[in-house]
Amino acid sequence: MKLKVGLFSFTSDEGCSMIFIELMNSHFFDWEKLIDFKYCKLLKEKNELKVLDVAFVEGAISTFKEEKRLKEIRRNAKKLVAIGSCAVNGSPSNQRNFFSEDTKKEIKIVMDSFGHRDKVSALNEIVKVDDLVPGCPMDENKFLEVLNKYLKEFKVI
Amino acid sequence: MHTDFEISIEGLSKIEGHASLDVKVRKGKVEDVKLKISENKRFYTQAIRGKQFQTVPQLVSRICGTCSIAHLTCCTEAVEKALKIEPSEQTILLRKLMTYGMMIRDHAMHLYLFCLPDIFGKDSVLDFDERQHELVHHAFDVKKAGNDLSKLIGGRAIHPPFATIGQFLSMPDKNETKQVIEELKKVRSDIFELVRIFYDCSFDFRKRTRFVALTSDDFSFLEGVIKSSQKLVIPEEHYWEHLHRVIIPYSQATGYEFEGKDFMVGALARMNLNREKLHRETKKDLAKYIRMFPSENIYHNNLAQAIETMHCIDHSIEILESKDFKPEPKLKIKIKAGKGVGVIEAPRGTLYYAITLDKDGKIDYGNLVIPTAQNQIKIENDIRTLVSKNLDKDKSFIYHEIEKLIRAFDPCMTCATHFLKVNWI
Repeated sequence: MKLKVGLFSFTSDEGCSMIFIELMNSHFFDWEKLIDFKYCKLLKEKNELKVLDVAFVEGAISTFKEEKRLKEIRRNAKKLVAIGSCAVNGSPSNQRNFFSEDTKKEIKIVMDSFGHRDKVSALNEIVKVDDLVPGCPMDENKFLEVLNKYLKEFKVI
Repeated sequence: MHTDFEISIEGLSKIEGHASLDVKVRKGKVEDVKLKISENKRFYTQAIRGKQFQTVPQLVSRICGTCSIAHLTCCTEAVEKALKIEPSEQTILLRKLMTYGMMIRDHAMHLYLFCLPDIFGKDSVLDFDERQHELVHHAFDVKKAGNDLSKLIGGRAIHPPFATIGQFLSMPDKNETKQVIEELKKVRSDIFELVRIFYDCSFDFRKRTRFVALTSDDFSFLEGVIKSSQKLVIPEEHYWEHLHRVIIPYSQATGYEFEGKDFMVGALARMNLNREKLHRETKKDLAKYIRMFPSENIYHNNLAQAIETMHCIDHSIEILESKDFKPEPKLKIKIKAGKGVGVIEAPRGTLYYAITLDKDGKIDYGNLVIPTAQNQIKIENDIRTLVSKNLDKDKSFIYHEIEKLIRAFDPCMTCATHFLKVNWI
């Protein structure tokens, strides 16, 4: 039995996805035996979002569409892990939350046209988050620690 | 011949960031092509306003995880120009090395992980079988070598902390330098196969194309003048005057025209306009492949990236073996008002930063133009041509061809949506 994993990306610079891709440099051939990547748009075209063991989620939530999608991921994942600063505490993708009224007025038209929420939120403001991997980009050792914890918890190793 | 149909690709895969595409065909004619960059805006142009200049390069580094080194370096150059700071020769060499590390890693990710699956008819590198396993080893070894090079110089491959305005805070460790040289020498042999694969690849899409690139004397991506395939030569600070911003209402990014027409930036442009400046070892060992250029086959962007990877390895080895880096005294910066423009070649093409500082060193105005925004109009126009030529084929074939073509441009949606200045009509 492999660990069923999804990697999702919301409003961010995808630096944590990059750290994940770089971790593959030394872990790919181990992970191949242990992990079934059910959802990873960065690496594959055919992806499915159902019954994941662990969803790793990068980025903050800035639109209504993202909010809905995050809830869908939560419903389909036994564990949900926030990776990187944007997902953990919203920053720096949440800069607009702190804009002056004038600057907010300036960006309003884009916010309205593309369905942006009033506020950019960290994941745990919207769904239950089981683990946090902080850092910008995420701390790779902490990520490995959390991944190993779930490999054990789901009895893959 | 299909006369009426639509193709919608929701969430293109194996690219950097989020985008979708709508194509509409009516009465045997392509009526509409919309590349919708769906990455959400993070409003960096507004966010940097009023910030103290020292903090801004590390902030804009967060525009893009994959090419953070490009944003950091280009913005640093713009700030230095505004303050009339001239970095030392050593600092410039360290920047070149850090940039080479990024290029190696980024090109390797695009070529091995995003493009090779198309060539082998697989969904993903995760599905490669024994026959391709050696290439998977190459993929991760090459990526690691690039990553380790950027780490050696910048302290980290993404958002590197040692690179600051005017200087580096730490010098590369001697033992680690030796290891990185060994690593680079080891993966050099892997690049031959990579180059061969993209040379042998039969994918072909040609159209008259205007190419634009910053051309430096040592092909180092950081210095020089901007050249175009129509023989224009433009100093960095005048690049903006040749660009025309095009509002694309269905996309969260803005497109650009050069001299009023669509154009292309990136590895193919660099190879077409500056290939004689590649490192001598690269030119010697890859002569047969370099002769493919100039080329208007968009898929040769992949071949060009593979050749550039070899160049980055060769020039890095030369610099690391010949230079002894020494710590520099802390730079004293005199704060004053000023305007500066930085232009560099990011992995995906020409990157432009203009920064205006007030007398206290706070950002008064910042403007940036990223490579994918410059390519966006051409990508749409090329998809239109591609679909028109293939109306007799079935829809899944066309669908796949479109994805392949978009991937050849190596677009980065995360970069494309950092800012805005939109006037909706």
